[in-house]
Amino acid sequence: MSEFFATPLGLVVLMVLETLAILVPLLLGVAYATYAERKILAAIQLRKGPNVVGWWGLLQAFADAGKMLMKETIIPTGANRVLFLLAPMITFVLAMIAWAVIPVNDGWAVAKINVGILYLFAISSLGVYGIIIAGWASNSKYAFLGAMRSAAQMVSYEVSIGFVMVSVLLCVGSLNLNDIVLAQRHIWFFIPLFPMFVVFFISGLAETNRSPFDLPEGESEIVAGFFVEYSAMAFALFFLGEYANMFLMSAMTSILFLGGWLAPFGIAPFTWLPGPIWFILKILLCMFVFIWVRGTFPRYRYDQLMRLGWKVFLPLSLFWLVLTAGVLMATGWLPGGAA
Amino acid sequence: MIMMIAFYIFAAILLGSAALVVSARNPVHSVLFLILAFFNAAGLFLLAGAEFLAMILVIVYVGAVAVLFLFVVMMLDVNFAQLREGFQRYAPIGATVGLVLFAELAMVLGGWRVAPGITALRAAPMPAGMQNTAALGDLLYTHNILLFQLAGLVLLVAMIGAIVLTHRDRRTSRRQVIARQMARSVAETLELVAAPLGAGVAPGEFRRPKPLEEAAAPHPVAPHQGEGH
Repeated sequence: MSEFFATPLGLVVLMVLETLAILVPLLLGVAYATYAERKILAAIQLRKGPNVVGWWGLLQAFADAGKMLMKETIIPTGANRVLFLLAPMITFVLAMIAWAVIPVNDGWAVAKINVGILYLFAISSLGVYGIIIAGWASNSKYAFLGAMRSAAQMVSYEVSIGFVMVSVLLCVGSLNLNDIVLAQRHIWFFIPLFPMFVVFFISGLAETNRSPFDLPEGESEIVAGFFVEYSAMAFALFFLGEYANMFLMSAMTSILFLGGWLAPFGIAPFTWLPGPIWFILKILLCMFVFIWVRGTFPRYRYDQLMRLGWKVFLPLSLFWLVLTAGVLMATGWLPGGAA
Repeated sequence: MIMMIAFYIFAAILLGSAALVVSARNPVHSVLFLILAFFNAAGLFLLAGAEFLAMILVIVYVGAVAVLFLFVVMMLDVNFAQLREGFQRYAPIGATVGLVLFAELAMVLGGWRVAPGITALRAAPMPAGMQNTAALGDLLYTHNILLFQLAGLVLLVAMIGAIVLTHRDRRTSRRQVIARQMARSVAETLELVAAPLGAGVAPGEFRRPKPLEEAAAPHPVAPHQGEGH
């Protein structure tokens, strides 16, 4: 068997299997994230949530998927057909390909590249294209307003995410995601870099267009923002992409600050659980906070959103970056040119 | 073998989309083709082993610069018929400019002399055992720190210049000063009035919360200014 995987054909088969091994659980997770969100929001609002399809409503996500498949994809008059259909695909594909570099255990990643964190940053900064193109190609003013808001918002918050990543990288000395997790063996980065952890998580909310930063959708003002005109599977792709992006943001938070697959404390009762389980638990914890935030906070006003990004997070993360560098230099803890 | 195929695919798409950038009728399509060109250039960087440059190209150009391009181009209101009107009249001038530029490029290329020993560097562009991120960092921040800082200063000046040129402090704009809002106390903002039964409160008696700086001079029922919420 192992010699088969060394042949060119075997390598291709292995690559496909690895990809499936990460995408199938991810898509299942996305399906149940929609269910979990409805259940948790229902619990917050003292309702029951979906409870009709399947046991405790467990099959609700699949019923919704079936409904979406059956519906008609309506392309509005005056819309740019090609771009209109391309936009949801871009959103969905970008949310999927980022997972290629996520390590779920020591060395368990589909692509073990040295610039993994830059790859993630690049992919997450591309997410804005799906939204802008959708907004423009729909030929609708609400969609366009949503797209413009989204573009401004994502570009603004990316800046502070970048600085947060750099301050983490300073403590690691490598751009490899595997090394980033291994550097947290002694202490998870959310303790020494706590303000950065908070900035990263809140910027992650803004980057994924989640409440309280869901202005690009803003049901009460611009109907549903950039995907007003979408229906059926095109809409479903946006929806799946949004939840996959939430998972990705949670995974990035876990890797950068919560020690990835590492067990807390690294002593006996905690190390019994294998690494991937810890990783999934951390992702689920972040997902829960995402949903919890949505159930708790009202939507930001647009100028406040910009103020928070440019006048609060950017100076704070810049200051903390300089502070981190200074402390590392002064104490001699700087990871010396790990080449 | 696979590298060769990948190189030709990237290169072909790069050239094709670059041609489409200038020939597409719709400027939004042009920008999208430009993005595709950036991507393929990043692919070429990857094939050359410059993984850091490839990622930075995607992050900076595709993730930030092209978003702004797209943003501006989408909001432009361009009349294409008008743009194409003078094409034949201006074609000779354009062709002349193009020819001059081409001649200059050819002269530069003809006068190009390769420094001795540079071809040896090409075989191993990075110091042995060093990743490309570390090698670039070493070059930029250790050996050429002065040039790097000067480039940063030039960019800073450009940024400040752009802000100075475009920023206009309009007196009429209502700005939120969060510190001032937070500094308010209940005593300044809330007033309990004992309304007589059946008579209510006359409008003049009821005072709106005053902006802090005007608090000294009481002015009932004045619509407050500069304190948008």
